[in-house]
Amino acid sequence: MDKFDLVIIGGGPAGLSAARIALEAGLSVTLIDRSISLGGQLIKQTHKFFGSKAQYAKTRGIDIANILINDLDEYKDRLHILKEATVVALYKDYVITVYQFNKYFKIQAKSIIVATGASEKVLAFENNDLPGIYGAGAVQTLMNLYGVLPGKEVVMVGSGNIGLIVSYQMIQAGVKVKALLEASDHIGGYLVHASKLVRLGVPILTRTTVKKAYGKNKLEKIQTVELDEQWNYIEGTETEISCDALCISVGLTPLHQLLSMAEIDMIYVNELGGLIPKLKKNYETSMPRVFACGDVTGIEEASSAMVEGKLAGLLASKSLGFIHPEFELLEKNLVEQLNNLRQGPCGVKIRLGLEKAEVNSHD
Amino acid sequence: MIKVNGYPTKEQVKTKFPKIEKLVKPIAIIECYQEIPCNPCSTSCPVNAITIGEDINKIPKIDYDLCIGCGSCVYSCPGLCIMLVSIKEDLAIFQIPYELLPVPLTGEIWSGIDRSGHQICEANILKTLKNKQSDRTVIVTVSVPKEFLYDFSTVGCKL
Repeated sequence: MDKFDLVIIGGGPAGLSAARIALEAGLSVTLIDRSISLGGQLIKQTHKFFGSKAQYAKTRGIDIANILINDLDEYKDRLHILKEATVVALYKDYVITVYQFNKYFKIQAKSIIVATGASEKVLAFENNDLPGIYGAGAVQTLMNLYGVLPGKEVVMVGSGNIGLIVSYQMIQAGVKVKALLEASDHIGGYLVHASKLVRLGVPILTRTTVKKAYGKNKLEKIQTVELDEQWNYIEGTETEISCDALCISVGLTPLHQLLSMAEIDMIYVNELGGLIPKLKKNYETSMPRVFACGDVTGIEEASSAMVEGKLAGLLASKSLGFIHPEFELLEKNLVEQLNNLRQGPCGVKIRLGLEKAEVNSHD
Repeated sequence: MIKVNGYPTKEQVKTKFPKIEKLVKPIAIIECYQEIPCNPCSTSCPVNAITIGEDINKIPKIDYDLCIGCGSCVYSCPGLCIMLVSIKEDLAIFQIPYELLPVPLTGEIWSGIDRSGHQICEANILKTLKNKQSDRTVIVTVSVPKEFLYDFSTVGCKL
């Protein structure tokens, strides 16, 4: 069985950033990703990013992916990349099983960084399995990777940043976005994203959700319903909207399964999207030499995932005896960046979640 | 309310405009109504007219006297919430960021759209600009009747 120094599971913004820092610190790195190309969700992001220069603000997500990937080039002697490789299991004896090109094999890791990201939450309503009903991520994959339109007339459910951004991308691709439904009483994502949609004629319907989908072989129309303050249906407010696609964007949840499988200590934090690993200050989980960063430790923006990836890479390397030549400067700078990204009103939920996670991680 | 319907009131819009006398030359109007972690407008300004500060969540402040109307912030804003505005006789001239196809062409007349998505006027396309710095965002220069100064937000379709 092959034995590797540091295995990073997931080549999205967090995993790529962690890889770069760990390579700089002198480690040999094996980066495993299930997709054809590295970059995670970044490769589907055609919009310019928020944040500051250190997180590549005003650069389009797809271009950030290429920057992060190219940043690894100079270390290719010590970097081993497995693409189209799905990590199926993580065991307590540091054995990782991988499925790639119809082969299932084992590798042994000395240390691991789990950066598996997140998956989309689903929404329960009648006929939600009709063809034409997608998650927002699937719509992005279809449109932005493969150039396939999800439909002609779409309704979006969810006004978080993903719902708003994907709606805008659909308009750019020539799709008619007929409405955006939001169950809460206000828009969840950045208002500048919402304003872009509204001026292009997309009505945002707050306190409204989808109750039922209709269609013989595929989606033909939906029934919406208004919600009261406890998010219960208000009978008699049902309205129909004809559409051939419905896009669901009601939040993300950390992809914790590998960590849970290794019986790593987990905690449920609603504000961070679900089950996350209890972490020490150096991003180490309850299993020695297994670290975690990015959305798998709590749902945030990609900007934070990149910074967290670097920080986890830096601290993990140190714990493994590889001290980065600019350790102190980098640590201070990265912590400041993370605090800055999280300190505004949009970071309230994240700060609350992180506090809960921290209190419970030190007992 | 912008938190609910996604667009500001006219009173809110006016708070982002300088006194009308200042609009003899193009000035950046920054329609940022919410504290979000973002500062490219400030860091892209070549004359330091836009200030956000250490905490990148703060709402940008612009010094209209320093603004040279170069448009760097217009294509640097990831939220597409900045435009340049000036007044020439009875016309309001806007330079807006635009990311849809087809791109308007000089000389065409397009529908002028307000912040709630309604058609309010005709807009004359004066110029379109796209360069390496603007990174695939097109800057469209349009003129509309001056009375729509606080209402016009973008162009809809060719008329």
